[in-house]
Amino acid sequence: MKPSAFDYVRAESLDEALEVLRNEGSEARIIAGGQSLMPMLNMRLAKPRILVDIMRLDELRKIEPKQGRIAIGATVRQAELLEWPSLDRELKLLSLALPWTGHAQTRSRGTICGSIAHADPSAEMPLALLALGGEIVLCSARKRRRVAARDFFLGVMVTDRRDDELIEAVEFPSAGNRRCAFREVARRHGDFAIVACAAVATERGVRLAVGGVADMPVAREFDALEGGALDDALNAFAWDVDARDDFHATARYRRDLVRVIGRELVMEVTR
Amino acid sequence: MTRMRADQRHRIRFMLNGEAIDHTCEPRMLLSDFIRHEIGATGTHVGCEHGVCGACTVNIDGLPARACLTLALQVEGCEVRTVESLAGKNGGLGVLQSAFRRHHALQCGFCTAGILMSLDALFSHHVDADEAEIRDVLTGHLCRCTGYAPIVKAALEAAAELRGENNREAIDA
Repeated sequence: MKPSAFDYVRAESLDEALEVLRNEGSEARIIAGGQSLMPMLNMRLAKPRILVDIMRLDELRKIEPKQGRIAIGATVRQAELLEWPSLDRELKLLSLALPWTGHAQTRSRGTICGSIAHADPSAEMPLALLALGGEIVLCSARKRRRVAARDFFLGVMVTDRRDDELIEAVEFPSAGNRRCAFREVARRHGDFAIVACAAVATERGVRLAVGGVADMPVAREFDALEGGALDDALNAFAWDVDARDDFHATARYRRDLVRVIGRELVMEVTR
Repeated sequence: MTRMRADQRHRIRFMLNGEAIDHTCEPRMLLSDFIRHEIGATGTHVGCEHGVCGACTVNIDGLPARACLTLALQVEGCEVRTVESLAGKNGGLGVLQSAFRRHHALQCGFCTAGILMSLDALFSHHVDADEAEIRDVLTGHLCRCTGYAPIVKAALEAAAELRGENNREAIDA
């Protein structure tokens, strides 16, 4: 349970980090808070040849409201965002979901962007970004590009990020007065979700996103439905999300949770 | 840009329990191993080594953190505290430790150092923490001996004492 050997660069500027990525490609990994990457290194599921530590880059440590969006830089820790005074007003969904992200002992170092880069299918931050319709800002030595959350997550810990890119920031649309809700079922608070659901009110009804069910978080728009029609729509959603069987729970149990929690959340944000 | 080579030792400086550390290590060395094997401070225990059990929890710049999920080189310039810093005057038990002892909040003691560091961090920010908040912090730790109830009791009593609400002297005497 020790990492295999790697070179270490303590980046002093974003350009420096991007330079390493350009030269080393997939042999290099970015480390920020390390709360997702370090377990992978310790278990040798990841064996990079070089690790680029970006945590000293203050240029990336910012929470910036701009044009109805909140941009969260790559080195903003989860604990820092939880302490942000405007969180409740601007990003209610995150104030609900963040306490479920790991434990106080990991939120102290883990970053928002790191969790999204890691793309664990049961993680809360990718789910919240998808539910709110957010974007990922990717940066390489060549260019900067933006990818919508729905196009970013491609599979279990697989994303659209290229080897020479790092996540510079993620942007969450500020929910404003829109209602939202979050609920999660896990064996122990802070463990990986068996099922996590996030709901955000939209003009037509509700956007419901589920995590922990399939290989990546999945979202669907629902019209304002009630009673049997809502049950049918949720049932169809539960089947369409390709639920997996694993050590923690069966696919059937996961579908049940999507139906039950999904209904609760839809009612909560539309009532 | 300095590229620290994998097969060489590199200088690392930080504060550990108020003492300046100036040492060297390889890039892949975990903070938990650095503290135990390089410094010889064995109060910090190492359990799962992938961030699940919480035994190696230390305090980095005022917040609780997993030493096994932190590279030693990452704490350059940081203020790190371990369970060794919790001792009371004359090297005796501190408030939290005494409460753990009174309430049998440990049996084998393997998880204890980490739990003490998490609770210490909680109370240093928020000495009014209630049982729900204490239990929430404890979700970051695994204890297979106590069933957690005595730990919660000890934590509540220590918090009360830290708030100056009860005087233990008569009982401890």
